[in-house]
Amino acid sequence: MEWETVIGLEIHAQLNTVSKIFSGAPTAYGAEPNRQACPVDLGMPGVLPVLNQGAVERAVMLGLAINAEITPRSVFARKNYFYPDLPKGYQISQFELPIVGLGHLDIELEDGTIKRVGVTRAHLEEDAGKSLHEGFEAMTGIDLNRAGTPLIEIVSEPELRSAKEAVAYMKKMHSLVRYLDICDGNMQEGSFRCDANVSIRPKGQTEFGTRAELKNLNSFRFVERAINFEVERQIDLIEGGGSVVQETRLYDPDRDETRSMRSKEEANDYRYFPDPDLLPLVVDSAFIDAVREKLPELPDAKRERFAEQYGLSDYDAGVLTAVREMGDFYEVVAAGCDAPKLAANWVMGEFSAAMNRSEVELADAPVNAEGLAGLLARIQDDTISGKIAKEVFEAMWNGEGDADAVIEAKGLKQITDTSAIDTIIDDVMANNPQQLEQYRGGKDKLFGFFVGQVMKATQGKANPAQVNERLKAKLDG
Amino acid sequence: MSVDTSEVRRIAHLSRLAMNDDQARDFAGGLSDIFAFVEQLDGAPIEGVEPMAHPLDAEQRLRPDAVTEPDRRETYQAIAPAVEGGLYLVPRVIE
Repeated sequence: MEWETVIGLEIHAQLNTVSKIFSGAPTAYGAEPNRQACPVDLGMPGVLPVLNQGAVERAVMLGLAINAEITPRSVFARKNYFYPDLPKGYQISQFELPIVGLGHLDIELEDGTIKRVGVTRAHLEEDAGKSLHEGFEAMTGIDLNRAGTPLIEIVSEPELRSAKEAVAYMKKMHSLVRYLDICDGNMQEGSFRCDANVSIRPKGQTEFGTRAELKNLNSFRFVERAINFEVERQIDLIEGGGSVVQETRLYDPDRDETRSMRSKEEANDYRYFPDPDLLPLVVDSAFIDAVREKLPELPDAKRERFAEQYGLSDYDAGVLTAVREMGDFYEVVAAGCDAPKLAANWVMGEFSAAMNRSEVELADAPVNAEGLAGLLARIQDDTISGKIAKEVFEAMWNGEGDADAVIEAKGLKQITDTSAIDTIIDDVMANNPQQLEQYRGGKDKLFGFFVGQVMKATQGKANPAQVNERLKAKLDG
Repeated sequence: MSVDTSEVRRIAHLSRLAMNDDQARDFAGGLSDIFAFVEQLDGAPIEGVEPMAHPLDAEQRLRPDAVTEPDRRETYQAIAPAVEGGLYLVPRVIE
């Protein structure tokens, strides 16, 4: 039987506020245990939550970016469950009336077509603390620094049809939250994580099959692998005469498999009710307008503009705009050297390759946008060739100064003096009488040999176009 | 609506409360009485009344995003039953 995969994603993005969603404790990552946990985060009796305006603004920003309706009166609810890293015994979340309603996100599939994926809702909630099970005799250590960190949970419609589509959606959302600068997107630190609801059904059937919820998917690669494993598991199960049980399953990257988390099954009754400690959250049009003012140019719009303004291919424009900082970097380079296509080739080629080799982020790269623009300007004005530019770039990357300094210090300035080039050509011809005779006898292919000899004699510094022109004149003359 | 002992046991389990058979029976009776009392509200005329999430006719006030809480870990941990290396210790929970 042919099966269809049905996937819905729940993405949790930590909002990058400096303080927590309901308290004035800091949210910085990596502090000593419990140095950033105040009485509200600890669930002390008698304390009250006060909502952080920064968290509300970020949620509204996301809502506007996915063309969603912003709920004018949203409500916070208590989601009740017992776990030691949730000291209150409930998580403050939103249930019936989330701040962000129905929206959508367009993703690009492998064949280049655009698919519109519905976003059911996005709601504000607080993160829990961390439990450390290792290293204590019959005890568990609790760190509540993360407790109360603002999260936005973004729930997609069950409209994704393959692991690849799920990854494309997740990557697009990741790019979006970073563009909006509402989340640092750091997946290793857990700032951006995802659960996947996965089910299968016979192709053509409209009802959904029973779904399993996959947890612990903290990288794009794991999302793809876990979903693929889970789909195979469900197909084997059903084709073997069994049926899928609705349950939570944990992905184990070491074994590349998903496993049932039995302990969670029974506790799945969260008994939501409106939190009496918090009043309804009213977001009026003035608030929304103020947030709209702060919206940056979004990835899709920037991609379109890059293609048009700089004459780039759709693919190149897509690569250069996937990360906001990369797009900004490119624009500085393109403006600085006044050669947008050359700039695109260098940013995506040499420059990106160097970043990968050195394993540095854009912000820490030893060559900045102005520096790269300076180098490309020297290609543009024929001071150096593209080939020599790679050598200069490497020196710049190694901290040997800007383009002009390197060109000067290494004597790499292109030879454009015609008489100098002529002299070299004469030498080459005199030193290779045999090849000269063969060439003049009709062996045209040897032209390349002469070009090579001239470039070698000048250590690559001769202007290639000029060498071609002068060589042709002399050989044929 | 009445509550039977099995429902009481389920709620007790979710709330991590231990109880014996006598207590479960007592609570089933007591909770059923409470529900019966509250059910009088079903007779109230609520046609056209918006459900409300809070009894006060007020809106949530927001605070600016700023750090206002200093680190007072030692004070808070002074009343904890067990701490080690800055962590609160609780009886082991295994996933």
